[in-house]
Amino acid sequence: MQRTSLIDKELQDKVLSDQGLTFSEKILSLKRSDEPGKIALASEIMVAKVDLAMAHDGTAPLAIKVLGELGIKRVWDSSKVILHIDHTYPASSEHIANFHSIMRKFAKDQGCYIQEGNICHQYMLEHFVVPGMLVIGADSHTTTQGSLGAFATGVGSTEIAAVWASGKIWLKVPDSVKVVFDGRLPLGVYAKDLILFTIGKISSEGANYKAIEFTGSTVKDLSIDSRATLCNMSIEAGAKTGIVEADSVTKEYLTSLGREVLVDVHGGKEAIYDKVVEEDVEHMEPYVALPHSVDNVKAVREVEGIPIDQAFLGSCTNARLEDFLIAMKMLKGRKIKKGVRFIVTPASKSVYEEVLKKGIMDVLLEAGALITAPTCGACVGTHCGVLGAGEVCISSSNRNFIGRMGSSESKVYLASPATVVASAIEGVIADPRDYLR
Amino acid sequence: MKGRVWKLSDNIDTDVIIPYKYKARSIDPKELAEHCLEGIDPEFSRKVQKGDLIVAGRNFGCGSSRDQAPIAIKASGISAVIAESFARIFYRNAINIGLPAIVCKGISKETNEGDIIEIDLGEGTVKNIMTGKSLKADKHPEFLEKMLEAGGLVEYYKKFGKFPWE
Repeated sequence: MQRTSLIDKELQDKVLSDQGLTFSEKILSLKRSDEPGKIALASEIMVAKVDLAMAHDGTAPLAIKVLGELGIKRVWDSSKVILHIDHTYPASSEHIANFHSIMRKFAKDQGCYIQEGNICHQYMLEHFVVPGMLVIGADSHTTTQGSLGAFATGVGSTEIAAVWASGKIWLKVPDSVKVVFDGRLPLGVYAKDLILFTIGKISSEGANYKAIEFTGSTVKDLSIDSRATLCNMSIEAGAKTGIVEADSVTKEYLTSLGREVLVDVHGGKEAIYDKVVEEDVEHMEPYVALPHSVDNVKAVREVEGIPIDQAFLGSCTNARLEDFLIAMKMLKGRKIKKGVRFIVTPASKSVYEEVLKKGIMDVLLEAGALITAPTCGACVGTHCGVLGAGEVCISSSNRNFIGRMGSSESKVYLASPATVVASAIEGVIADPRDYLR
Repeated sequence: MKGRVWKLSDNIDTDVIIPYKYKARSIDPKELAEHCLEGIDPEFSRKVQKGDLIVAGRNFGCGSSRDQAPIAIKASGISAVIAESFARIFYRNAINIGLPAIVCKGISKETNEGDIIEIDLGEGTVKNIMTGKSLKADKHPEFLEKMLEAGGLVEYYKKFGKFPWE
């Protein structure tokens, strides 16, 4: 036992100090189980040990069925399997209620962790993820969790069932793209604008199969809430994962929640990147992704005045405390435009509580917002804000594909919480900067 | 494998392949297949025939992690998807459920809707029977090829008692 840990420590020191390896190569080298001790280089297919394996009510019921078909009676490690009931919570129909029951029974039988009523990725940040972990989630936005210096990637239900069975996954070690944001964020420009701008520039497949590492002076100053937004939308450029390496901001966040770093991984100074994208954020402005693709990005001022039926502040992308503080600032003493539905869905119960405690709820209600329980709801078009034919929504969420939020004849514009709020006030797509001065 | 082509464009996303509202309701492949590609052609599920193929452009299957997307396609009768490129989660999911996802550069330009295409996975070729033109397809890594041959991850595990990468 002692001997193994000594070898592990030796390998860890060797990998972590190697200046030629990327963040992804380092972390996957440490997790490698097919040839332990062999460095995992970009493009290589390898097998890795998983630290956490999660699924939600959109993916877990099928994964549970697959596990049964495999004839597996017990998950590999019940302390590492986490179930979330969040996509349609509380259940909006009998069908969905039955899926939720299947999940609760499975969690009870297996002794694994289950939570309901918090958006999975936010909950994972608040409760489980630490730097140096390999997190596999049956949800594409699992990339969000890379904001805490973990390697986190999404898979489907069949694959997560195999992870639950074996504790392992095959991965192709990704090439890496470095995105460097430098400078101070101008007024009205947020992490959401940075990532929309970047996706618009590199396209919805610009980082396909690759790891995006976000770095630069701007990123260093971003909160975990904002970093989560960057990593969350990495998948919208096709990325396997989005990463912000752990630093003092990460450590402060973890300390406040009583957690510690597992392994502090940093990409080597001489590591080879597939692409380096450098942006001076001081020239940026608020952006919006037009229907029906996330890379169809324009400046808000170019599309100002488009009438909206609904404004949505929610989802795993942008419904954290920081987003609500912006909304409060903008809405104090103002009203939502008559005829517009302003739907607000906090990402977790903890965010909800803070929204209440800080008096944000009062401001939102007075302005005319409708506040729902934490759920993925409107973003995936299941409940709490589904769009009808011909309706237009401006949303702080992550996808604007045809039919994403409801009718295939509806339109979704994606923007920052600030742009969503400004648009809710005016009833048309509007520039937030006028409300922030 | 030989079949008639349904031609699709670049960036076909999972919300178009199977919207969440149907996925949330059911995990029954037949029910999912009824709504397959509804966002592009509401009649698709009625018109598609067993053994047909999808030929698509770049980034096929981008978006969500839902296994229900390849499941809906497979259950609709489609026997393989050939594309310029795939989004990574869709690619893994397709092979896991036993739907061949084949990368073939240049296929979009060389194919029209209704053409008959012949795929030879062993040789790694895709041939358009109408034009006689043959293209090279990317080969899957060997362990994925074996998984496809078995009919997917579950079938492989049942047959060999282990996962293909073990």
